[in-house]
Amino acid sequence: MSLVARYLEEKNIPTVVIGSALDILQSCVIPRYLHVDFPLGNPCGKPNDTAMQNQILKQALSLFSENITSPLIERSPFIWSSDQSWRDKYLKVDDSNRKQLAYQGHMRRKEQKLMKSAGVSRAAMIPMP
Amino acid sequence: MTALFDEKIYDISYIERTKIFYRAQGYASDYKWAKNSTTPIAKLVKNIADCRIGLVTTAMPDTEAGRNSREIYSVKCDPIPSSMYTNELAWDKGATHTEDVGSFLPIAALKIAKKEGLIGAAASSFYTVPTDYSQRNTTELDSPRIYEHFIENKIDVAILVPL
Repeated sequence: MSLVARYLEEKNIPTVVIGSALDILQSCVIPRYLHVDFPLGNPCGKPNDTAMQNQILKQALSLFSENITSPLIERSPFIWSSDQSWRDKYLKVDDSNRKQLAYQGHMRRKEQKLMKSAGVSRAAMIPMP
Repeated sequence: MTALFDEKIYDISYIERTKIFYRAQGYASDYKWAKNSTTPIAKLVKNIADCRIGLVTTAMPDTEAGRNSREIYSVKCDPIPSSMYTNELAWDKGATHTEDVGSFLPIAALKIAKKEGLIGAAASSFYTVPTDYSQRNTTELDSPRIYEHFIENKIDVAILVPL
């Protein structure tokens, strides 16, 4: 999505990206980014919390309030939960799942070969864990 | 903020995590994320309260077409879709869910912003863009098509939300 942002900016359409993967957005470099420090999936606010969702959008819109000359990154003040264990769990690799991951990878490559031979040329950027 | 759980709060390195994860799956080469040192920056020529806002998501429409073919789709904002197809995207399926569209697609929030006079208008449709292993596909095929839609719909500024 950050590549789309860069393209639109080049064409004079200002953009704000709302996301939860700070390092990926920082690596690509985009002009305006609102970082919502949540598990991937809900960058616009917790499910069914419309008050939070409205505030996050308002903060995103505020990034359009003045012209900038260098990339602007803001953080949403919201915290997902006092339980921070989700940070350690996502895409965890340890002895408990190493064999299973190797098998999943093997199966996925088989599937990818089939898709390629069926003429499907577009592959997802990050395959599903 | 209290120190109660401060030490557990850190920014996840998704680039590093995906690298380790896919190596564990037996992939020989690491995905090369886009890396730049500068960015183009468009000038704001209107006050945001006078702008027409475009919206782009990486989720697909929850239709037969959307579930089977990851493409750029133009989807009406009214009525707000009750669901979007997100199964093929990499999000934290252990920690959360995507059953509430408002948690990743701010159509309802934009309507409220319009009512409150914070924006000029929200575009009548939003657009989906597929995440793609090929950065060239995103830059050379998808981005120009999104731009064409934006020009056609007189969109001034855009909110882009990757899941």
